[in-house]
Amino acid sequence: MCLAIPGRILEIRGTDPLSRTGLVSFGGAVKEIHLVCTPGARALDYILVHAGLSLAVIDPAEASRLLETLGSPEQEHD
Amino acid sequence: MKYLDEYRDAGLSRKLLDGIRSLVTRPWVLMEVCGGQTHGIVRHGIDQLLPPEVELVHGPGCPVCVTPVRMIDRAHAIAGRSDVIFCSFGDMLRVPGSESDLLTLKSRGAAIRVVYSPLDCLRIARENPEREVVFFAIGFETTAPANAILAWQAREQGLTNLSLLVAHVRVPPAMVSILESPDNRVQGFLGPGHVCTVVGYEEYEPLAARHRVPVVITGFEPVDLLQGILLVLRQLEEGRSEVENQYPRVVRREGNIVARQWIDRVFEECDREWRGAGWIAGSGYRLRPGFEAHDAEKRFDLSGVISAAPGPCLSGQILQGAKKPHDCPAFGHACTPEHPLGPTMVSSEGACAAYYLCGRHRDSRRP
Repeated sequence: MCLAIPGRILEIRGTDPLSRTGLVSFGGAVKEIHLVCTPGARALDYILVHAGLSLAVIDPAEASRLLETLGSPEQEHD
Repeated sequence: MKYLDEYRDAGLSRKLLDGIRSLVTRPWVLMEVCGGQTHGIVRHGIDQLLPPEVELVHGPGCPVCVTPVRMIDRAHAIAGRSDVIFCSFGDMLRVPGSESDLLTLKSRGAAIRVVYSPLDCLRIARENPEREVVFFAIGFETTAPANAILAWQAREQGLTNLSLLVAHVRVPPAMVSILESPDNRVQGFLGPGHVCTVVGYEEYEPLAARHRVPVVITGFEPVDLLQGILLVLRQLEEGRSEVENQYPRVVRREGNIVARQWIDRVFEECDREWRGAGWIAGSGYRLRPGFEAHDAEKRFDLSGVISAAPGPCLSGQILQGAKKPHDCPAFGHACTPEHPLGPTMVSSEGACAAYYLCGRHRDSRRP
């Protein structure tokens, strides 16, 4: 139920904050997703989607920081 | 898929496992709060790869599982009316009520629809003005913004035929309930990543300090889960009890402010009944005054709905971390995903379904 998956915004539809949606690709499967809770989301952003609603714009810097930290032998597990 | 595949990397997972093995000096019991985390742990075999000192018990974070029979029976009573189109997430249809489940009712002709998003109900209500459209609004904080926007839009658009049967729950009071149970064994938590994406983790800070329990807000992929476990264990070994954020690519301390505003506009906190745990103060959301016209419990007379006492299913104890699925004599015999006796075998996030689907028919740690 709390399952949420990342997808990439291909196209934004509308400008009204309440009804603005995005065409979002989930590995090739495309769905129209409500963007009301992520007003800053733009085309080509990756967002986290739950129950048809975008909950967050994924922070690419934070995402790569974790992987770089884990992948770096001199900073092992820190 | 980007932001999934890289967090399923075997090399990084092995590295984290090595780190866990070299860190642990004594037995520890950790609880992953979310059912989605339970499934990730069992599906990827993480519980079997951990050193024997580390035990994972499975938490209450499956909203389908914790919704009490009383609410299932209320849903059944509403969905059985000839003037109603009843909308629900798919998992709820097979959860047994006192007499039957919603899927059986659907097979007898009731108008029950599975929706992907709560907001799909706006269209269904517009297209069916002569019918009452009711959405079964279950879920944790993760789902609350979508349900709040549904109620708000129903009111704003004058959809007088659209209402919500609200059974919303909140995670922190359930964690406190587990910690304050005399049978509690949990010493550290993997916190709910997607719940905290919405509401943040400020509320967890006093909880961690008061109960001296580490909480690491954790994602759902193997690398996330292993790093969350490592961070909890490091705190335990060092005698710390803080809130840490393993999942900063989507979780901020304050959460998603816009989503929180939607929740606050529409919902207020209330006491809520949980399967297995009973009533927990402040553990739910209900519609605020001003939304009575869209509250299914006020629109329909449900006074005649009487629920039976719970059957042999151990889901209540499993959801509290007191039992494991294979402790239940019915597990894998009388109770399977095809013929579930309780919600933890039904839901895609239920611990019993995870154990059954991944072949955990007995406790591999016992001789």
